Amino acid sequence: MDRIKIIDVHEDVLANNDRAAEALRARLHDAGTLLINLMSSPGSGKTTLLNATLDAVADRLSIGIMEADVDSDVDAYSVQRHGARAVQLHTGGMCHLDAAMCEQGLRELGTQGLDAVFIENVGNLICPAEFDTGAARKVMILSTPEGHDKPLKYPLMFEVSDVVIVSKMDVAEYFDFSLEELERNVRMRNPQVRIMPLSAKTGEGMQQWIDWLLGEVAAWKA
Amino acid sequence: MHELGIVFHMIETLETVAAQNDLTVIGRVTLELGEVTGILPDYLLDCWRWAADRTELLKGAELELHQIPAVTVCNACGRTYATVEHGKICPHCQSPETVLLRGNEIEIATVEGY
Repeated sequence: MDRIKIIDVHEDVLANNDRAAEALRARLHDAGTLLINLMSSPGSGKTTLLNATLDAVADRLSIGIMEADVDSDVDAYSVQRHGARAVQLHTGGMCHLDAAMCEQGLRELGTQGLDAVFIENVGNLICPAEFDTGAARKVMILSTPEGHDKPLKYPLMFEVSDVVIVSKMDVAEYFDFSLEELERNVRMRNPQVRIMPLSAKTGEGMQQWIDWLLGEVAAWKA
Repeated sequence: MHELGIVFHMIETLETVAAQNDLTVIGRVTLELGEVTGILPDYLLDCWRWAADRTELLKGAELELHQIPAVTVCNACGRTYATVEHGKICPHCQSPETVLLRGNEIEIATVEGY
């Protein structure tokens, strides 16, 4: 029998993923395509926000969307009707996307001519926060029915996000939801974060989000 | 909850390590696992058994976990404390200006094979 070797590795398990994500980010920077990782719980309004965003920037930006779901393709059909180039990624039971899955999806989508691509990540506030997908910006959505205490329960998601969108503001009064308390809970973890309360349904607060998106796309290409 | 994803990344890393060190069989792997990674050791071991046994390289390989306690440092008073017990607020000076020092590791420490 061969001699048994003991090897000191001391390598972070996600180091491969982080290197792949970094390389993907650099390639997308050269191509001038801004990749945005959109994360939230199921039912927080990711698809509704994307549809309203596509309608608002239709004549200014070309947008691609990668829908990540454990199964089904209902979301991809929905955004295609609003004019986006879309692909559906099935994670096969996994709770998140990683850089390799994201890269495969981008190849299928084709980024040629696209100003921005949104990853509609698996609905989940825990796992998607742990994996670098290669996205340049991370945006999370918290809907008002979910409550203002979520940053206390899922701190990592709020720590890694560049923007927290507070969705469904039009129905906030029916729930025990305080925007002030939410802001306090979020800023304790992430003082630099942008917080944008809005309703994709009524259009309230949407301008701030659209302006942010247009500004980030312009800055990424500069 | 993402234990299976972690195991897939581990296997990928171990395949690279095996290629670099001319190993055809790995019998034992030790993993340093931080206390606040959100990884549940029992689930990780279950996912490991399932996924490792489906590879030639890692069939039957034992996974040994070394837990690393989480420690937070306070930027206001400079002292450290146990993260899980006290959370985000410093128990010495009540400041929220605290940063996790360790406890977030998922690191392959050693590999045994031939």
